[in-house]
Amino acid sequence: MTYDLNLRVWRGDASGGELTDYVVPVEEGEVVLDALHRLQATQTGDLAVRWNCKAGKCGSCSAEINGKPRLTCMTRLSIFEPGETVTVTPLRTFPVIRDLVTDVSYNYEKAKKVPTFSPEPRQADGTYRMQQEDVQRGQEFRKCIECFLCQSVCHVIRDHEENKEAFSGPRLFLRYAELQMHPLETNDHRDAAREESGVGMCNITKCCTEVCPEGIKITDNAIIPVKEHVVDRSYDPVVWLGRKIFRRSSDD
Amino acid sequence: MTDPNSFERHRYDVIVVGAGGAGLRAAIAAHDAGAKVAIICKSLLGKAHTVMAEGGIAAAMGNVWSEDNWKVHFRDTMRGGKMLNHWRMAQLHAQESANRVHELEEWGALFDRTAEGLISQRDFGGHRYARLAHVGDRTGLELIRTLQQRAVALGIDVFMECTVTKLFRDDEQRISGAFAYWRESGRFIVFDAPAVVLATGGIGKSYKVTSNSWEYTGDGHALALDSGASLVNMEFVQFHPTGMVWPPSVKGILVTESVRGDGGVLRNSEGRRFMFDYIPEYFKAETADTEEEADRWYDDKSNNRRPPELLPRDEVARAINAEVKAGRGSPHGGVFLDIASRRSTEYIERRLPSMHHQFKELADVDITAEAMEVGPTCHYVMGGVAVDADTAESVVPGLYAAGEVAGGMHGSNRLGGNSLSDLLVFGRRAGEHAAHGATEREQRAPVSDDDIRAAAEAALAPFEQDGGENPYTLQHELQDVMHSLVGIIRQASEMEKALEEIARLKERAAKLTVEGHRQYNPGWHLALDIRNMLRVSECIALAALERTESRGGHTRDDFPTTDDSWATVNLHCIADGDSVAIRHEQLPAMPDELRELFQET
Repeated sequence: MTYDLNLRVWRGDASGGELTDYVVPVEEGEVVLDALHRLQATQTGDLAVRWNCKAGKCGSCSAEINGKPRLTCMTRLSIFEPGETVTVTPLRTFPVIRDLVTDVSYNYEKAKKVPTFSPEPRQADGTYRMQQEDVQRGQEFRKCIECFLCQSVCHVIRDHEENKEAFSGPRLFLRYAELQMHPLETNDHRDAAREESGVGMCNITKCCTEVCPEGIKITDNAIIPVKEHVVDRSYDPVVWLGRKIFRRSSDD
Repeated sequence: MTDPNSFERHRYDVIVVGAGGAGLRAAIAAHDAGAKVAIICKSLLGKAHTVMAEGGIAAAMGNVWSEDNWKVHFRDTMRGGKMLNHWRMAQLHAQESANRVHELEEWGALFDRTAEGLISQRDFGGHRYARLAHVGDRTGLELIRTLQQRAVALGIDVFMECTVTKLFRDDEQRISGAFAYWRESGRFIVFDAPAVVLATGGIGKSYKVTSNSWEYTGDGHALALDSGASLVNMEFVQFHPTGMVWPPSVKGILVTESVRGDGGVLRNSEGRRFMFDYIPEYFKAETADTEEEADRWYDDKSNNRRPPELLPRDEVARAINAEVKAGRGSPHGGVFLDIASRRSTEYIERRLPSMHHQFKELADVDITAEAMEVGPTCHYVMGGVAVDADTAESVVPGLYAAGEVAGGMHGSNRLGGNSLSDLLVFGRRAGEHAAHGATEREQRAPVSDDDIRAAAEAALAPFEQDGGENPYTLQHELQDVMHSLVGIIRQASEMEKALEEIARLKERAAKLTVEGHRQYNPGWHLALDIRNMLRVSECIALAALERTESRGGHTRDDFPTTDDSWATVNLHCIADGDSVAIRHEQLPAMPDELRELFQET
C-alpha cells in the first residue's frame, strides 16, 4: 500500500536553518529512514543524512523524530497516525554540520579519556577463564551501538554547553562501568571515573535508559554502581539520598 | 579551488583505508611495528560494516570439540571454496586465527563462555566442529569495539568521514600517497605515504538486494585496479541464503547463519525440510540424509553427519532459489526458517537476541513463536586484490590489501565465520609488513603538484558537468542490472547484456549533475562512488562471462556443472584504460603434505 507522507525536515547548517515540508510517497512496512532516502533520491539530492547498516546495529542514523531522539532506521511509519506530519530534526545536544548531520566529535574526544584496559596475565595454557555469569554484566554494556541518543537526551548537557567540559555522559559511563566490572581488569579506575568523567553530576533521572535502542539499563546497572564505587556516600548527595529513600539496608 | 598548495597535507609511514576489522587490526599492527600510521574511513569510527557481522569468528581453538585443529579448519575452508582458494592464505588463516581471537580478549573483548570458562564456540555451515567464537549474535560489534578502543588507546590518528578517491605512485610506480576529501566540508587532503593498506570491504551496493551498507561501493577494488594491481576471483559473489524478504523496506537485511547453527531448519510451503533434496555429490559423505540423524548431530558429532541446512552458503542459497522458482516458496517470495518449533524461547532469546529484536521491530514477527521468511541476499565478494599470501602486498610496491577487499583466501565460496578471522589474520599481516616496507624505504618523493591537481579536478567534475543525470537514479539502474543479469544464477546472453548496460551507464556517469555545494553532500559523494561501482561491476560481469563452468558462488545455467579444466585457473582483472581486461593465471599448487589432508573423507 503506497501513500503520501507529510515529512517535515530541518534543513540548514551551523549558520541557521528551518523546517521544510515535503510530501514523500511511502510504502507499508517502511521506516523513517526509507522516507528520507526517497526524499534524497527524488527531490533533494544533497540532503545530509548519516546512515550505515539500516538494521539498528551501527547507531549512525540518530535524529529527533517529533522531538524524541530515535534511530530513523528502527522507527516504523506505522507508529504514526494516518495523515500525521512526521518531523525530523538533528540531535539537539550536538552542533549542526548540515541538515540532519551533527558534529558528534564530543563523544570521541571523551572516549580518548577512558583508561586503557589492563588485564591480568593469561593462564599457563594461553587462555583466560571466566564464567558466563561474570562476563554477562559487561556484555550488557558492550551491546552499546554508540548512537549517542543517551548523550543527546541527557539534560546535564542537552541545553548546557558549559557542562560538556567536565561531563562525559551516559555512553561513557558505560565504559567506566565495563572496566569496573570486567573480570580481568587489574587497575582501579575510581579516580579517573570521578575526575575525568564527571559522573557525580548525573542525578539519575533515567532519561538515557528510556531512549536506549538496545535496552541497556544505563542508570541502574552502570551509572549507579559507578557512582557508588567512586565516591563516599556522604560525598555524593544523590547516592546518599537514594540510599536513604529507596535502598535502606541493614548496613545503613 | 584546485591549487595543490591550499590543501591540507599530512605525512605518514602507513595509511590504512577503511576502519572495519581489517583496517583497525592493520593499523594496530603497523603502530606496534613502529610506523607512524593513520586510518582514513568514510564513516564515523566504529560504524564500518564489520559491526553487522553476527555469527562469530572461526578459529580452531578446540574449546568445545577437542578433535578440532588448524588442519581440519584448513580442510573445511578449502572444500567450502571448492579448492580454488589460495592454499597458503587458507593455511595461515587456519593456523593463526586462534591467536588473533585470544588477543582480542587481552584487549577487553567479552566472548560467551563454556561451562569450563573458556570461549564458547558455535556450529556453522561447512565447519566440521563447533568453531565460531561469539557474543550472542552481535560478534562483529564486539570485534569492532574492541579494536576501536585499542586503536584509540594507542593514540592512532583517525580521519573520520573522509573518502579516498585516488592513490598516487612515484616514477618507479611505487605507492607514494593518497588523495581524499572530508565529507563534512568537502575540502581536500593530500597524504604523502610510501605504504597504503586497503581495507575497504566489499561491493554489495552494486546489487539491489544486499545485506551491505552504503559504504560497500568497491572503492578499494577500484583504487587498486587503477594503481596497476589485479583483482582475482571477481566472478565469485556470495549470496547469503538467509536475508529478510518482508517488508520491502528490510529486504536483504541479514539473518544470521547462527539460526541454523543453533538448530533452525529451512522449510518450503509444503512444510518439507527441502535441503535433504539438495545434497550435492561433493558433500554427500559428510551430510546427514535423514532428519533423525541430522537432529542427533548437534549433540553427537562423532556418530552422526551434519544437517544439510549447514551445507556451505552457495549450496543453500541455490536450493532456496530453486524452491521459490518451483512455486514452493513463502508468501513473500522466500522460504521458511524455523527455530521456534525446535528450541525453547529462553534459548532463542539468549543465543539470538538481535535476530529476535530485528524481526520484532521491523517485521512484527516473533521468532520464538513463528517461522521467519528468508531468501538470498548479496552478502560478500570472494574476489579482490591479488596479494602475496604472507605479506598481503599486491604487485604494486607499497600497496597492501586485507579483509574483503583482498582476494584468494576464500576461493569460490567463503564459509561463514571465516570473514572475521580473515580480517584479524590478514589485517595484522598487512599492517606489519606495510610498516616494515615503509620504514625500509628511505627515498620518498613527495606527490607531484600535477598529480594532485588532476585528482582534485576529477573529484570536482560532478559539479562542473551539466548532463542532468541523477546519481541516485544511476545507482538504482546499476543495481537492477547486476541483480537481474549477473545475480545468483547466470547465463552468457544475460551477462553480455549486462556488459552493454554497464557501458551505457558509464557514458551516463560522465554526465552526472549534483546539486548544492561541497559541504556534507551525499549526492556528490555518490556521484564519486558510482565510478567505483561501475568499474567493479564490469569486472564481475566480465569474469563471470569468461568462466564457463559452475563453482561455488558462480552458478551458470548454460554451464551447470563443475569443470575440472577450470579447477586450477584463476581469472585476474586488470585495468585497460577505462575498461577492464581478463588474464588467466595458474592457481598456486598446494604442497604434498597439505594435499594429503584431503585423502581422508
